[in-house]
Amino acid sequence: MGMTMTQKILAAHAGLDTVRAGQLILADVDLVLGNDITSPVAIKAFAAAGQQKVFDRDKVTMVMDHFVPNKDIKAAEQCKMCRDFCHAQQITHFYDVGKMGIEHALLPEQGLVTAGDLVIGADSHTCTYGALGAFSTGVGSTDMAFGMASGKAWFKVPSAIRVVLKGSLPQWVSGKDLILHLIGMIGVDGALYRSLEFTGEGAASLSVSDRLCICNMAIEAGAKNGIFEADELTLQYLREHGAAAPRIYRADDDAEYERTIELDLSQIEPTVAFPHLPENVRRFGKIGDIPIDQVVIGSCTNGRLEDLRIAAEILKGRKCAENVRVIIIPATQQIYLDAMREGLLEIFIESGAVVSTPTCGPCLGGYMGILAKGERAAATTNRNFVGRMGHPESEVYLVSPASAAAAAVTGKLTDPREVMRA
Amino acid sequence: MKYTGTVIRYGDNVDTDVIIPARYLNTSDRSELAAHCMEDLDPTFADRVQQGSILVAGENFGCGSSREHAPIAIQASGVSLVIAASFARIFYRNAVNIGLAIVECPAAAAAIAEGDTVEADLDAGVIRDLTTGACWQTAPFPPFIQTIIAHGGLMQAAQDGAL
Ligand code: SF4
Repeated sequence: MGMTMTQKILAAHAGLDTVRAGQLILADVDLVLGNDITSPVAIKAFAAAGQQKVFDRDKVTMVMDHFVPNKDIKAAEQCKMCRDFCHAQQITHFYDVGKMGIEHALLPEQGLVTAGDLVIGADSHTCTYGALGAFSTGVGSTDMAFGMASGKAWFKVPSAIRVVLKGSLPQWVSGKDLILHLIGMIGVDGALYRSLEFTGEGAASLSVSDRLCICNMAIEAGAKNGIFEADELTLQYLREHGAAAPRIYRADDDAEYERTIELDLSQIEPTVAFPHLPENVRRFGKIGDIPIDQVVIGSCTNGRLEDLRIAAEILKGRKCAENVRVIIIPATQQIYLDAMREGLLEIFIESGAVVSTPTCGPCLGGYMGILAKGERAAATTNRNFVGRMGHPESEVYLVSPASAAAAAVTGKLTDPREVMRA
Repeated sequence: MKYTGTVIRYGDNVDTDVIIPARYLNTSDRSELAAHCMEDLDPTFADRVQQGSILVAGENFGCGSSREHAPIAIQASGVSLVIAASFARIFYRNAVNIGLAIVECPAAAAAIAEGDTVEADLDAGVIRDLTTGACWQTAPFPPFIQTIIAHGGLMQAAQDGAL
């Protein structure tokens, strides 16, 4: 029987000709990632097991992004532990303040992931890199410790759901709307333990930035990974970012899928996920007036340059509504710099928004935009669980960059097409 | 492995943000994490949980972030076993990797009530509700995962050369 893209990458890294869904394997990893929250736990586990040296100093990377620049003394201690460890281990790719960005925006940008790679990261959104034709998945800190020590990880080979895309997205509709729509269809456990494999002629019409956003939120459907087959656009992106030589894996014609979902991109509309689950999606128009206290544009989901450009297009020459705090966070230093050079930061500041250094910050309720009791945020982030951005009785509405910018202008949840028509 | 304890029960999609909110992730200290376990979902949890308590939950338990702080907080608070209809995959592997006992059993998860006394024998794959007398059979873990659990976690299994 044939294999899916994911199964082929796993087989190749386990040194096997074939694997089948459900099989437990031990596979070689190309990159092990951790951040300032998950790495300290991994470092402790690594030391407790008497490990001395990482398996390959080029293949372990730590990114200080969640509570960085340090939000408090404890956060500072955690970063120091990572910094000291990386220094002692002579880790090549250690990203501290000044170099760091949000990990899942940073790694592709820095060319650390290529098509065909197997990447594990002690962060659930590690699934982002599937956009580049890699198998990448979130694991825990003990997996990270084991990966750092041995260069390996254990996996249960997943079955897959195939998502066949056709057509192309309308104006002001983005990859974020598509993935929210899909999660709304299948639910937050709709792809539990499975791969989401995106194919079809519509896939080619999506930018790499949109693909990264879509794979980023595969985990919000419970998926082990999301993956696009590497195409010309992918290869061009990998070349531009200096990534290693790609290995392209295509699903066999007779690969087995548990389910096939067809999506017509031209039918997707701006979508919003209501609290407190990413599956609670609605379309604008049927939601009534929902006033917003804060807008966040950023995160590993939507903090890339393309996202900022869309927001700037909407905010240009407009003012943020009274009583709305608008926080814009470029995901990496490079994006920050590019946004500055393109004049996007000026547009944001003139509109009344604040622009922050790269950080996860408010996305996980860390700092830099915590919500008070009863407050509502429209955010381009990926989770809207209870208390995710602050007080347990605050609310997060997940939207695209265009919809977030529209909310900034009107002060309530708004279809971006309405603002641009006005 | 056998576990007996009093049940604390929650619903579907218990996510890692409520198991241990991000505002406490600036530490990896076990007792500090335990003190805030489940705080946003159930502020009474820390007072009610006892050494050996059994958590029972619905679908997709532990969804969300990969933070190992979540199973650590549960383990450190005294919970001996988590029974759920299903687990989010990263939570599942984290629990296995740190040696927190978990078992998937939709029927048991649906029937067991808050406060019941439950006994589980994971080797035999038997869960018994001692309060109601009901009993369920579960599938055993695959041998690879049994090995990790038998060694008390992934790092120990690796150290023992068992993988
Ligand atoms: S931006 Fe949010 S979702 Fe992404 S890595 Fe940071 S905390 Fe996690």
